[in-house]
Amino acid sequence: MTVLPHHYVILAVIVFTIGTVGVLTRKNLFIVLLSVELMLNSANLALVAFSKMHAHMAGHIIVMFSIAIAAAEVSIGLALIIALYRLHDDIGLDVLTKLRG
Amino acid sequence: MVESLLFIILGAVLIITALLGITRTNPISSSLCLVFAFLSLASLYAMLSSAFVAAIQVLVYAGGILVLIIFVIMIMHLNEKDLVHLKPKYMLMLVTAVIVVAGTLAPCLYVLSRSSFFAAQTLPENFGSAELIGSVLFEHYLFPFEMLSLILLTAIVGVMVISKKKL
Repeated sequence: MTVLPHHYVILAVIVFTIGTVGVLTRKNLFIVLLSVELMLNSANLALVAFSKMHAHMAGHIIVMFSIAIAAAEVSIGLALIIALYRLHDDIGLDVLTKLRG
Repeated sequence: MVESLLFIILGAVLIITALLGITRTNPISSSLCLVFAFLSLASLYAMLSSAFVAAIQVLVYAGGILVLIIFVIMIMHLNEKDLVHLKPKYMLMLVTAVIVVAGTLAPCLYVLSRSSFFAAQTLPENFGSAELIGSVLFEHYLFPFEMLSLILLTAIVGVMVISKKKL
């Protein structure tokens, strides 16, 4: 058995599913953030696999952009968590009910 | 042979650490599991002949983003009440989601793997090297690259505004 790019795509799908379930089921904001990172990373893995499949460098470039945007997203997410913690002394998703009015 | 063995080992490490990462109660152990997940992802990138992306993955994800997350968890001084356990009914949801996704994607991937879409291409000599990435990035993607600096600047200013003492 040789490893073909579509095996990597299957692996990426599995990791994306795990990340989605993490986002949907966990109440801790940190773990939700980590699950989003997992989903982004699985998309990156699929992009690199497609890039090799087509022998084209565009996938690598998109992965670079995606990593840079993930870094920005994580920093803003952490700032929001800290602001929420200052406001409520709690980081569970249950306290995020302010917008309901 | 060696390649498929490596792929199976790295893929198993990736899936197991990802599963551990989303099921731990303590966010610190969760992020330490994800460090290993990202390191095995970097090895998978290296196996896909993209050494530069693998290096960036280790530097930015394992070395930057996760260290930042662990640092913030540590300065926040979480109490016992902040640690929410995963309820068993969610494990049922996890299993259902995995079955649904696998059932949807398996036929698609089977059909695709029959077609010429997955036909192997001959790679150029320096595929995935920093040199080639640099030339493609600055010849074809210069404007998005410059826009990225604006996004990062916005993130910096946004973080400073959000985390001010008095909101």
